[in-house]
Amino acid sequence: MMCDECGKNKATVHLTEIINEQITKLNLCESCAKEKGSDVEQHFGIADLLSALSDVGQTTPGETIPPSKNKCPGCGMAYEDFKKIGRLGCSECYTTFKQSLLPLLKRIHGSNQHMGKSPDPGMVKEQKVSTKLFTDLESAKIDLQKAVKNEEFEEAAALRDKIKFLEKKLKENKV
Amino acid sequence: MKIDPLLKQTCEWLRGTGPNSDIVMSSRVRLARNLEKRPFSHWATKKQEKESLEILEGALHHLEMMKGSLTVRMSEIDDVDRQFLLERHLISREHMVSPDYKSAAIGDKEIICVMINEEDHIRMQVLQSGFNLQECWRMASRLDDSLHKKIQFAFSLERGYLTACPTNTGTGLRASVMLHLPALVMTKQINRVLQAITKLGMTARGLYGEGTDAEGNFFQISNQVTLGSAEEDIIDNLERIIRQVIGHEENARKTLMKQNREVLQDKICRANGTLRNAHIINTKEMMGLLSMVRLGVDMGVITDIDRRAVNELFILTQPAHLQKIEGRILSSAQRDVKRANLIRRRLEGR
Repeated sequence: MMCDECGKNKATVHLTEIINEQITKLNLCESCAKEKGSDVEQHFGIADLLSALSDVGQTTPGETIPPSKNKCPGCGMAYEDFKKIGRLGCSECYTTFKQSLLPLLKRIHGSNQHMGKSPDPGMVKEQKVSTKLFTDLESAKIDLQKAVKNEEFEEAAALRDKIKFLEKKLKENKV
Repeated sequence: MKIDPLLKQTCEWLRGTGPNSDIVMSSRVRLARNLEKRPFSHWATKKQEKESLEILEGALHHLEMMKGSLTVRMSEIDDVDRQFLLERHLISREHMVSPDYKSAAIGDKEIICVMINEEDHIRMQVLQSGFNLQECWRMASRLDDSLHKKIQFAFSLERGYLTACPTNTGTGLRASVMLHLPALVMTKQINRVLQAITKLGMTARGLYGEGTDAEGNFFQISNQVTLGSAEEDIIDNLERIIRQVIGHEENARKTLMKQNREVLQDKICRANGTLRNAHIINTKEMMGLLSMVRLGVDMGVITDIDRRAVNELFILTQPAHLQKIEGRILSSAQRDVKRANLIRRRLEGR
């Protein structure tokens, strides 16, 4: 459905007004809805729901959780940011905001303890070899581009051989 | 241009085969994974996003399971192409907007598709025809294992796989089944069924996922909870519920056939007649009528077309598909004409 106002974008905000038994339906895109006024601007998304869930944790008597004030050392996200956008910044946020996240996870899933699959520890060794080969290959490719650009042809030829060798190695390591 | 080869092939999930394929259109398993020690896509700088993209494209490229796959950068294709991939259920709506540093690696039969830099760094999906969740899970898990040999995922023993949104934490698993439930809609039992499903921790959505209508009587049912249960248990749970829903739909079809045979046949045959004769038709009308034709094929009322042909029509007649087939941009009115043409041709077996 296209926006009734601009006719260009997809309508994502749908309004139904009933005034004196007259029903008016209005389908707007986000930007036209914003222009129409703040009353229709509120877009209810996952962030609102999550923030509602985390707020409950802080207002239930006897279960007060002080909101984490710190920023995540991994990515610089503050808990306030998470409440606004509903998404965490990096995997380290799970440790930084543990206190607030544990009750939230429990509310969403009924549990905060993982019971499923784990990455196979036996794979780690093989993975390390593969990862190293892979990163070496990627950097060799970047170096090759630089060498060609700078017309360092001897260097480029050596890099080309290195890339061939690494690709072969990686193929042998193929899964 | 890059995605044009897809236009010539039928997606695996439309084949109309596999267990219970009269009611179950497709089964899907998707796993969310993230790279360790890297900010999640939405919080990353452009440079970090680019690095994650390169690491993942490279890692996927070397997997045996991704042999013959097509890697498409979202920024290198236009709006119609992106919409085309969405219509084929290969990418999400979220993957279409702000396409920079996003890509999709599409397996040769379109059974496997990996989205890179969606909400999570990796969203891998396995999509099969019919009621086939176990097989989807086995494949997804194998893909997960082989990718893990190349890269380290963000994982903690207590919290499982760590995802950008806490609603996916743990297994990162979303299993879903696309059901065609026209008889439950016609007998007005669908709301009761959907309410029960929601109470059991499952979600029901339309053909194109979140926020879409149940056009064509299609319902996507999926697990909501991802943490605290093993993947096998989540899938087993969903399967049991789906089996119940299938049973209800079968009963409703039998009842309709027994008690309202003439009415049902009239509906099916009128829909068939309209589709074979219309010269202008919009998506909404088409979805309703095609749903009736599919029911007619499944119940043996219509015998001169097969299920696969009907399934394909649901997708081929979507806006971006029509435009790709025609090879040019079409206005909505032009599409309605082309859509009607295509349906007439296909139903007549041409």
